[in-house]
Amino acid sequence: MVLIYIDHSEGEIKKSSYEALTYGVELAKLLGTEANGLITGTIHGDAAELGKYGISKVFQVNKPELNTIDAAVLTKVIAQAANDTGAKEIVFSHNTTAKTIAPRVAVRLKAGLVSGVTSLPDLTSGFVIRKSVFSGKAFANVKMNTDIKVISINPNSFHISKNETGNAEVIQLDIPVPASSIKVISVNKVRGEVPLTEAEIVVSAGRGLKGPENWGMVEELAKTLHAATACSRPVADSGWRPHHEHVGQTGIQIAPDLYIALGISGAIQHLAGVNRSKTIVVINKDPEAPFFKSADYGIVGDVFEVVPKLIEEIKKIQ
Amino acid sequence: MKILVCISKTPDTTSRIAFKDNNTKFDDAGVQWIINPYDEWYALVRAIELKEKDAQVIIHLITVGGPDCDPVIRKALALGGDLATRVNSTDSDSFNIASQIAAVAKTEKYDLIMTGKETIDFNSSSVGAMISELLEYPFVSLATKFDLNNDIATITREIEGGEETVELKLPMVISCQKGMAEQRIPNMRGIMSARTKPLNVVEPISVAATTEYLNFSMPPAKAGVKLVPADQVAELVRLLHEEAKVI
Repeated sequence: MVLIYIDHSEGEIKKSSYEALTYGVELAKLLGTEANGLITGTIHGDAAELGKYGISKVFQVNKPELNTIDAAVLTKVIAQAANDTGAKEIVFSHNTTAKTIAPRVAVRLKAGLVSGVTSLPDLTSGFVIRKSVFSGKAFANVKMNTDIKVISINPNSFHISKNETGNAEVIQLDIPVPASSIKVISVNKVRGEVPLTEAEIVVSAGRGLKGPENWGMVEELAKTLHAATACSRPVADSGWRPHHEHVGQTGIQIAPDLYIALGISGAIQHLAGVNRSKTIVVINKDPEAPFFKSADYGIVGDVFEVVPKLIEEIKKIQ
Repeated sequence: MKILVCISKTPDTTSRIAFKDNNTKFDDAGVQWIINPYDEWYALVRAIELKEKDAQVIIHLITVGGPDCDPVIRKALALGGDLATRVNSTDSDSFNIASQIAAVAKTEKYDLIMTGKETIDFNSSSVGAMISELLEYPFVSLATKFDLNNDIATITREIEGGEETVELKLPMVISCQKGMAEQRIPNMRGIMSARTKPLNVVEPISVAATTEYLNFSMPPAKAGVKLVPADQVAELVRLLHEEAKVI
């Protein structure tokens, strides 16, 4: 049985969890088994609705103390849930939660782990799965040798497939929750904005914008496209934009459908954070900017002239 | 207080990525090896800062790899580690690496074990969490700030959709990322003293292979950029709408 971990933030199910559900359902079809979901903690809405994503059952350990990410506690609970339900493949989305708990779950279950997965397995000789390596510059085919397998899929690598109807059976699991050693002092969540790692479109800007006072047009373009905003490292280091917007090798790695880079030269460290984007558009006045080599579309021009026109033209087709 | 900092050797960020032997091995011809940036800039430098505040702190470095890791571990000693252990194994499976480090940590009893958030070659973000499970220690991942007051740590960490600050008691394992510390360059005194600091080589314990890397491939090459003249922005919008179908 394939068990998909359904991550949520303050009760809201993450987009990446829906991707994991779709992946897990496809994996179960390939293996000729069933796919079920697992929720730890409390969620808003009706868990039975998750049946629309193709799963038969949703197991839930409905204890509010599980809403805090304590790797030691969640590992014990998830591992026991996997054992009790007879799960052989456990699917996570490779987000911050999975980075914290999936490797521990794998160790506890004596399972192999492959994280950053970008494909369904090839079953022709064992169980071989592809993952992203070298910060998106290559792929590796990895053979999993263990009976139980933990798979953590790259966000934005799989499309979500949802049916109009479908009802999952919700089954409450009575699993004891060990005491946590982690005390949460404060939580600071970005609300009302598209989270960068989940955004389908990202508008990003660099030093070519000349100063923080010029970000109005970046934000307007992002708003027009329902996109998230990002920036290059020098921009975050100069304090023009907050650090949580920094995409690149040392910042956040993203893989949106569309990445629009404004006034960013495209240093290799920046590319390492964005090269998994499906379509890259570069707007830069320097025709020699290395970013053009990695782009799908480009305009050699002044961002201050091009961006307002771009906003205007996009509005026309909406 | 004893801190263990886990160090991995990775190709420099700007290295050309290529494979050899029928795409089964990384082609290291002409590659410059560095300390994995997350291990160096965030985990190791933060450990050094803790030592600068409290001279009782001992920084032990550990790496799992062959003799070709020695220059990288010497550089980490030059930055400010006190002593180092290299587990003589070239296995690249995360579980194997975590098991080797946990085996050393079980006898040495560290108060704090630090890793980078991931390596820039295999990008698995796994070793720190695995060590914590093997030792049954608490684990805090993706830390951006770490402060210590006696044996109570206050840590800010990235979580889905934001960040939070948590408090917990040593011992623990943490994975570190941007925000923890600023990059440093080793000074001449550090480089000279690194030559005489102990670097112990130990043989690996036997660990079952849970996963094996079979081969590598490169992503399909991009078709090349389609340039649109700056006075034809409408054409770019048309291409994104009709051809790429992304807006």
